[in-house]
Amino acid sequence: MKAEAAKTLRAFLFELAIYAALVTGYFFLVLHYLSGWLQDLHLHHVKVYALTAIALIIGQAVLLENVTTWLMRLLRGRSE
Amino acid sequence: MFFPISNSHISPIYLAVIGFLIGVMGGFFGVGGSFIAGPALRAVGLDWNFAVGTDLAHIVGKSVVAAKRHRALGNVDLRLGFIMAIGTMGGAEVGAQLIQMLKRAGNVNSVVSIVSIAIYVSISSFMIWESWRTLQYQKRRPRSKVAGTATKQDESSFSHRTKAIQGFRLCPMISLPTSGVKAISLWVIILVSFIGGLFSGFLGGGAGYIRMPMMVYVLGIPTHLAVGTDLFEIIISASYGTFSHAIKGNVDILIALVMNTGAAIGAQIGAISTQYFAGPKIRLAFVPLPLIGAAIVIYTMMSGHKL
Repeated sequence: MKAEAAKTLRAFLFELAIYAALVTGYFFLVLHYLSGWLQDLHLHHVKVYALTAIALIIGQAVLLENVTTWLMRLLRGRSE
Repeated sequence: MFFPISNSHISPIYLAVIGFLIGVMGGFFGVGGSFIAGPALRAVGLDWNFAVGTDLAHIVGKSVVAAKRHRALGNVDLRLGFIMAIGTMGGAEVGAQLIQMLKRAGNVNSVVSIVSIAIYVSISSFMIWESWRTLQYQKRRPRSKVAGTATKQDESSFSHRTKAIQGFRLCPMISLPTSGVKAISLWVIILVSFIGGLFSGFLGGGAGYIRMPMMVYVLGIPTHLAVGTDLFEIIISASYGTFSHAIKGNVDILIALVMNTGAAIGAQIGAISTQYFAGPKIRLAFVPLPLIGAAIVIYTMMSGHKL
């Protein structure tokens, strides 16, 4: 039981490290390029900005959820 | 990191960590965590209007992830969720109108603060009492579990009253097979969701702190399903709120996107954790959350900051 818990924890920490690296890249690449465009929308087309904001947050949430699920499957597959 | 929309400098690591913590809470309890996220954003210098609007946007993303996870675990009653969405939107509009009335009367901050403290403390007190009674009842009762069928027990000492509410026969009566409810008046569901929406419009956030307990105790929905369905409901009400706040210029979506990166992983951990805890224990663990909200409101009242 303890060995199982330790294996799960190790897999989780490994996943967290990969996830952190991916997210860091995401911060500097995607958000950097998006910020100017979003600020422009926020100032000049506020309704489009509101809809884009909802679409972006849902899109990112689904994308990241798929990435974390894929990572979990990959790591579990390797640890078995 | 500079966020041009709100004109603020905030560490992305701080935002991701806050998102992670709120994600775990949301996945586990089915609440948006607005009474933690708002003050956490305010603490790093974001104006309250941006803190409230951005938090709503972040709640949408976090709830999508957690609800998807709960759906995969069979914890979402879609029929109930869609019916409740009708009442929630009506209630949210009435709540927002009450705020406008109080604004015009010039006493919005004091009234909302006092109401929120009373509500948060009442919810926590009731859930302590009910969960403790249920756990005591489970300890006293002889166990009848068959070896190898370790099911999560989801009993409530309030269940006799829940049955009385379900016995209230006002047409149309509907069944909720996913939640195990054979017949319940549509109006009871609409009323519960309307009250949830009213609190969301009046006190802000997703109002999961009142909707989730009402789903368990009034509608008789099993706790795990109440958590998942509540998250599904929050997606609808928070999307509505995000759109409304974004039009008023109160949403910095870049901050919400960064917070969501932490929430994505936190929500998965929270949702998976519900599988290891029985209903009364989840409800007991929920108790400190409204109390934290009450403490923050008391602090802001005493320190003179605007909430």
